[in-house]
Amino acid sequence: MTSTNQRVIIVGGGLAGLAAAIRVAEAGLPVDLFSMVPVKRSHSVCAQGGINACNEVARQQGYSEYQHFDETIYGGDFLADQGPVLEMANWAPKIIDLLDRMGVPFNRTAEGRRDLRLFGGSLFKRTHFSGATTGQQLLYALDEQVRRFEAEGKVSKYEFWEFLRPILVGQGDQRRCVGIVAQDMRTMQIRPFRADAVVMATGGCGLIFGKSTNSVICTGGAASRCYQAGAWYGNAEMIQVHPTAIPGADKCRLMSESARGEGGRVWVPRKKGDTRRPKDIPENERWYFLEERYPAYGNLVPRDIATREIFDVCVNEGMGIDGQNMVYLDLTHKDPDYLTEKLGGIMEIYEKFVGVDPRYEPMKIFPSVHYSMGGLWTTFTPGAYQPAEPAGKHEPGMIPPVGTEVGQGMAYGAPNNMMTNIAGLYAFGEVNFAYHGATRLGANALLSCIFDGLFNGVSVVNYVREGVPSTQPAESLEAACFDEASSAEQAKYDGLLATVGTNERDEKFNPYVIAREMGEEMTAASTVVKTGPRLEQCLAKLAELRERYARVQLSDSAGWTNQSLSFARAVGDMLILAEVIAKAGLLREESRGSHKRLDFPDRDDERFGKASVAEFDPATGEHRIFWRDVQTNLVKPRPRTYGKVESDQKGKQEPVGSAG
Amino acid sequence: MGNGANSGGRTRNVVFRIKRCDGPGKPSRWEAFRVPVEPNANVISCLNWIAAHPVTMDGRPTTPVVWDSNCLEEVCGACTMVINGRVRQSCSCLIDEYAPNDGDTITLEPMSKFPVVRDLWVDRQRLFEGLKKVKAWAPIDGTYSLGDGPRESPAQQHVRYALSTCMSCGCCLEACPQYLKEEDASKWDTAFVGAAIISQARLFNEHPTGAILKDDRLDALLGVGGINDCGNAQNCVRVCPKDIPLTESIAAIGRAATIHGFKRFFRGA
Ligand SMILES: Cc1cc2nc3c(=O)[nH]c(=O)nc-3n(C[C@H](O)[C@H](O)[C@H](O)COP(=O)(O)OP(=O)(O)OC[C@H]3O[C@@H](n4cnc5c(N)ncnc54)[C@H](O)[C@@H]3O)c2cc1C
Ligand code: SF4
Ligand code: SF4
Ligand code: FES
Repeated sequence: MTSTNQRVIIVGGGLAGLAAAIRVAEAGLPVDLFSMVPVKRSHSVCAQGGINACNEVARQQGYSEYQHFDETIYGGDFLADQGPVLEMANWAPKIIDLLDRMGVPFNRTAEGRRDLRLFGGSLFKRTHFSGATTGQQLLYALDEQVRRFEAEGKVSKYEFWEFLRPILVGQGDQRRCVGIVAQDMRTMQIRPFRADAVVMATGGCGLIFGKSTNSVICTGGAASRCYQAGAWYGNAEMIQVHPTAIPGADKCRLMSESARGEGGRVWVPRKKGDTRRPKDIPENERWYFLEERYPAYGNLVPRDIATREIFDVCVNEGMGIDGQNMVYLDLTHKDPDYLTEKLGGIMEIYEKFVGVDPRYEPMKIFPSVHYSMGGLWTTFTPGAYQPAEPAGKHEPGMIPPVGTEVGQGMAYGAPNNMMTNIAGLYAFGEVNFAYHGATRLGANALLSCIFDGLFNGVSVVNYVREGVPSTQPAESLEAACFDEASSAEQAKYDGLLATVGTNERDEKFNPYVIAREMGEEMTAASTVVKTGPRLEQCLAKLAELRERYARVQLSDSAGWTNQSLSFARAVGDMLILAEVIAKAGLLREESRGSHKRLDFPDRDDERFGKASVAEFDPATGEHRIFWRDVQTNLVKPRPRTYGKVESDQKGKQEPVGSAG
Repeated sequence: MGNGANSGGRTRNVVFRIKRCDGPGKPSRWEAFRVPVEPNANVISCLNWIAAHPVTMDGRPTTPVVWDSNCLEEVCGACTMVINGRVRQSCSCLIDEYAPNDGDTITLEPMSKFPVVRDLWVDRQRLFEGLKKVKAWAPIDGTYSLGDGPRESPAQQHVRYALSTCMSCGCCLEACPQYLKEEDASKWDTAFVGAAIISQARLFNEHPTGAILKDDRLDALLGVGGINDCGNAQNCVRVCPKDIPLTESIAAIGRAATIHGFKRFFRGA
């Protein structure tokens, strides 16, 4: 018999956490939802461009869910397990329908249907959008549904509560997660919470790189705490650098890929050091290098490629605007009203933060750290589609080798779907390493977040109702393990508070200074291009920072709303995750997707067609990295070129595919 | 990825006068900080600098200032505060605009209509309770696969999209003469809900599925703390960072509520 008091904890109220909350609450299990900010202010609110799904118009031009799957796998350079990606692509149209029913104000065609736009890595319009604030609109729709469950008493929110660690019981095969320790960010109270399953939906880790396009709470601290408790971390080295952002003193603000999807062109003056205003430079003196090098995809090549080409043009060829790492993103050839209608949100951001109207002046943009493909390692149960031979490249118009019935790629409701290596501990959304391999295609993240919540939320319910918790519910366990975990966090907290005013304040031990140095080092060594020696140097620097962190000094001893303590605590966790990112990058001696090693320029499927998996050794504080096979039995790995034209054969090569 | 926007000029300093408070029921005090201005600096980057160097202008060590923020691109609504006497988001407040000269002063205060948690951080939970009060959601039949939603003309999408960009920041409430601070959560239900909530009620009344709950929403807004508390001062619409047509929303809900009130009267409800 199942206990009537079973509960599920969801940590994180972005798209992934909210979608999971809806699914679990709908199934009748009470949910406790934790978030460091009111969930309506979660980072997902920043997403601009849109969300991908096959649709009727694209379908009649030869597109399919299967093609979406193939694009995602190819974009990710064959590093993602394929079953879950197939399942996600198959579900995508249903997810859009559901969001539509919830009232998301998607842009509309004249006939009142959902409008579509182009996005990177595809030749078909398959991206649904709501102006240029799609993430905000999707987050609000899910937030509203969760508020409804909250009003009905099915979801309890713990906003301004910080997750500190998962609570585990049992050893070996018996080990499972039975709750969390969390802290109220206002009263600073630390206490344990029991749960029969815990879903981590805590988003990305951009702050490890200092300035990124991420929000201020995207430290990766929560993921690192799970990692330190024994959860594996997968493909840490796969960090996406977005080609088009504008730098600020506090963060880099994204100029969405939708700008290029709506016709934006990237260029630099053909003449080095040209000081003319961009509008005075005639067409034939502009170098549209992406269009020249990638005739088929043009400005819409995947992000890692666009970023490296910009890097090449600016750093290797010295052709950046004003000699800096900066290129034009030009929309001035489009009708200003059209731009306001389709891209209003980002036009406003550029105007507000740069003071120039991009409808009339080309934008100046820079690459910036944006997204983590890596995350907590998760597993799944493969679906029904098991071809005798993996399929080759899927061309537009071909009949897909498999249908879209539920469960082709991943078994619906299997309790282990997107569960970490710790039973009862799940990872959904950006913190989950599945789906995006070595590069994420634009507008696939929102999809993977909501898919995780809706599809795999059922797995959580089944685990709780039919798995170990059904006979040994968390509420029946002895209090000791909960109290011990909580005391350990209390001791850590007390220890940090005790550093206030111990010595002269020394910059070396200032948590903000340590964080800044980490960000600068990680950005320099572990982003667009990497080399073995530079990564070794980075690891040495991180070791130094970890030593300094051991003597960290805080400047606020308040036992009330102590924000700097929360930040300083996260810095320690970020340093550990930074090491994993750098170390996995050092050991992956190949180039694949976003991971470009100058000393190993080619993809090496033999040695590295595998996921890097990191395991923490609490005794030594060291990381053990091992390699796990990637599921590639649905589509065969092929070279990922996006039809690049090498400079010696400019104009000779046929474009790949055909724009539908 | 370098920050290419370095102007190369010498850095200048800006003085921040910040109204601080250690917690609920504690007295407020002012502290001033001298902050070097980086290129493209905004109020948040200056608060970050203070957090790393918590020493006042007269050389006294103090604690880092506490504030609320997340997205840093004026889309989450978290970082609202009163800057030089006007309520707005601090992340989009650029120092070059507000304090162009060396030694200029910028004043930061917490919003006055919400209980202070600490320093510049206030508790806006009342706003979210208001959303519950007017059932600001579309009552869908669950997450099953049931086909697409209702079709919508581009014109109607424009109306809803504009309302749907409300980020619950609270600027309109801070500026409203009828919206008063209420520390006691048990009284929130009868205190004025404010323009943002009225506008959200309109948003959901404008959606075919949302409209199923229209009567409930109008009932809530006809009651205590509803539409009748609005004095039509129109301060709200002037401070909304998202240019949400709040006075239009108030008028629309006012009209709908009047009709609804008549119907209710004749039904004898
Ligand atoms: C500027 C920008 C634009 C983007 N545009 C697009 C786009 O157009 N299309 C697309 O597909 N993707 C886009 N992305 C990527 C996408 O937005 C994110 O990957 C996605 O929103 C992540 O959602 P999430 O639910 O995993 O986590 P998040 O939305 O990041 O939410 C994390 C949640 O976890 C909580 N949390 C974190 N740590 C803790 C802790 N220790 N304790 C308690 N709670 C915690 C937070 O409070 C928050 O509620 C964009 C990203 C950025 C930065
Ligand atoms: S119009 Fe109404 S809601 Fe707006 S400021 Fe005036 S009284 Fe407040
Ligand atoms: S209506 Fe405008 S001012 Fe009021 S909360 Fe919404 S966004 Fe803020
Ligand atoms: S931090 Fe989100 S609006 Fe300013």
